[in-house]
Amino acid sequence: MDLINAVIVLLNYTIIPALTYGSQLALGAIFVTLIYGILRFANFATGDMMSFGTMFAVLLTYYFQSIGISFGFLPTALLTIPFAIFMMILYMLIIDQTVFKYYRIKKSPPVMLAMVSVGVMFVTQAIIRIIIGPTDRRFLDGEKFILKATEFKEMTGLSEGLTIKSTQMITIVVTIIVVAIMFWFLNKTKTGTSMRAYSDNEELALLSGIDPKKVVLITWIIAGILATIGGILYGLDKSYRPFVYFNNMLPIFAAAIVGGIGNPYGAFFGGYVIAFAEIFLTYAYKRFLVYILPESLEPNSLMQLLSTDYKFAISFSILVIVLIFRPSGIFEGKRI
Amino acid sequence: MRNYLNIIIAYSIMMLLIILVGIFQSWSIALTIFNYCMISAVMTLGANIQWGYAGLINFGIMGYTALGGLAVVLVSVAPVPEAWSVGGVNMITCLGIIILMIFSTRYILKNIQKSNKRNYLIAGIIIVGLILIKIIAGPAIEQIEAVDPAKTGFLGGLGLPVLFSWIVGGLFAAGLAFIVGKVALGLRADYLAIATLLIAEIVVSIIKHEDWLARGVKNVIGLKRPAPYEIDLQTSPWFINLVEKFHSAKLDLANSLTERQDVLNQLVIDASSVYVKLCFAGMFLVVVIILLIITQKALYSPWGRMMRAIRDNEEAASAMGKNVVKQHLFIFILGSAIVGIAGAMMVTNDGLFTPGSYRPMRYTFVIWVMVIVGGTGNNFGAILGGFVVWFLWVEAAPIALFFINLFTAHLPETNEIKVHLINSAPYFRFLLVGIGLLLIMRFRPQGIIPEKIIKQ
Repeated sequence: MDLINAVIVLLNYTIIPALTYGSQLALGAIFVTLIYGILRFANFATGDMMSFGTMFAVLLTYYFQSIGISFGFLPTALLTIPFAIFMMILYMLIIDQTVFKYYRIKKSPPVMLAMVSVGVMFVTQAIIRIIIGPTDRRFLDGEKFILKATEFKEMTGLSEGLTIKSTQMITIVVTIIVVAIMFWFLNKTKTGTSMRAYSDNEELALLSGIDPKKVVLITWIIAGILATIGGILYGLDKSYRPFVYFNNMLPIFAAAIVGGIGNPYGAFFGGYVIAFAEIFLTYAYKRFLVYILPESLEPNSLMQLLSTDYKFAISFSILVIVLIFRPSGIFEGKRI
Repeated sequence: MRNYLNIIIAYSIMMLLIILVGIFQSWSIALTIFNYCMISAVMTLGANIQWGYAGLINFGIMGYTALGGLAVVLVSVAPVPEAWSVGGVNMITCLGIIILMIFSTRYILKNIQKSNKRNYLIAGIIIVGLILIKIIAGPAIEQIEAVDPAKTGFLGGLGLPVLFSWIVGGLFAAGLAFIVGKVALGLRADYLAIATLLIAEIVVSIIKHEDWLARGVKNVIGLKRPAPYEIDLQTSPWFINLVEKFHSAKLDLANSLTERQDVLNQLVIDASSVYVKLCFAGMFLVVVIILLIITQKALYSPWGRMMRAIRDNEEAASAMGKNVVKQHLFIFILGSAIVGIAGAMMVTNDGLFTPGSYRPMRYTFVIWVMVIVGGTGNNFGAILGGFVVWFLWVEAAPIALFFINLFTAHLPETNEIKVHLINSAPYFRFLLVGIGLLLIMRFRPQGIIPEKIIKQ
């Protein structure tokens, strides 16, 4: 019985939150990696682009609520996803046409494009703050919990409760669906194959008649879908605040590089690596150890490896370690 | 002379703008902007050495700035004897353990051949060391932080003059740059950008959360100043006399003696803050000029030529027998040290150290915009970039407010759009800086004052 209790503790405080956070990071990391692989630059506007899509979801959720549309026990924000994605893609294409296209045609070095994306970051941040302001916003409605701790205790008779928030479930399910469709698209359809060809070897892809304009367009569309959904899921689970989204860019970058930048599978995996490392290293294991150790060995301290203040620092340290020992990432990404 | 004409014109316009702020807003604001422009200029000089001379992209400017600020605290604050007596020995032991770890790792790296055994040994040393540190430092940190937590709760500094900390700030930053350089300099440019940014984040989060070091997010206030205090000036006779002489015409207009005294008091208070800021401005100007002379000399020396050669064609320079890796590391350290000095200057100017305020937006990306806008590879351009962008960053809100009022003048005061726009005026600075960067990169990628190669 103690063992089951211990497992439930771990599940409740580490594994489920880590899976949720990992899914959110994974979506962002695939977004970064796609842009890096096909458009060939590190997009410093990543966090703000996710924030831009989410902003429309927030505004539309408020609008839907005001005219009385709801989605039953699911959050209204899920209904707004198509509209938010549409606005996001529109914005990305406008930015691409007005800013990035010029440098792409000129074949500027990647650093130049990265600097340009810093400019885009500033502008996007300004637009977001002017439209919605910098404050913290919650837009979750509908059922909050799928499984409450008390219900679980009654059901099973265990002393530890298991809580599953609806946002956690939604995040994991939606991520699986989106990522599955995306990988199917990249591997099985003709357009997806041409995108991968373009990413591997641009000249050869152009020689075999692949239309670069189409590849770029499709890339931005997929990027828009990933960015918006990733942003909305994060916002539902925590809350929507432009500054936090900007900061999330850093663990997302870490996830993309750890997995091997340019490789979508690596990015997907990297998101979970970062999330699990952050949560497992900062979790206080006292409660877990109390169940599995005999009474004489029970720990007095919290048994925490690092304080939760260092959450971000952990993901960055992992990145630094990976960069030193395996610069191309865990899965072989592009050569640096 | 013709060569320098555009530089002189650009600088004159900049000075004119600051003087206009002085006339229309107040001289105190103008001097604050001027001082911050100067600090930004030192930062851009540092970043320009790395990016303009050598083509190294360093997005970790935030980390070096924060370390410079930390140096001010560690050098100038008086030590806290109680904290030292409860936890000093343990902390010094920990420092010893860290040094021991570094040296033993170096020894293993040198004397044992590359193998799994070596990796396990190093991993073992690090893990054992970390556990030891955790055991020894844990209780000590708790005790140190318990010493009068509202006021101290940290080890304090050395109690030395604050100007000394500017050099120490540079040294701290150089030390960090050495480690970062060793780890990350082999990476491709955009990876280097990300890696440096993340390492800077790690540094800032350590400064933020290690309260025993510099009080973390509880901030250190009331730092020493290399300039006189306003309150002392307001009571010293020579200063009051000076103000009286300066404003004699204005004072003569006063009708009665009490009114004259009131006017004089107000003038003295205003003048004291201006005087303090002038002192800072003088000191910063000296630093900027010294750095400018050194960097100019370096740029046109054989060493500067070599750096440009390495930047423009690494393979060729390497084939000519130049040690590219070593030079990159050297210039990375040099540039970072200058940024560290700027960080120390900024904290000295503010008189307080707030680790929570070090954010990548303000201390990395804005500085980079300065470098790009001003002119990469040209020191005069870098300084100008610092001035222009900081000026825009500060004055964007008033400018935006002016235009919002202009364009919405026909709308009633309670119009929702107008109110919303006026409330979001501060965010127009992001828009202004972002669009400025995009325009410069598109139409004048070499910056306002481009790099100039003197042919000899």
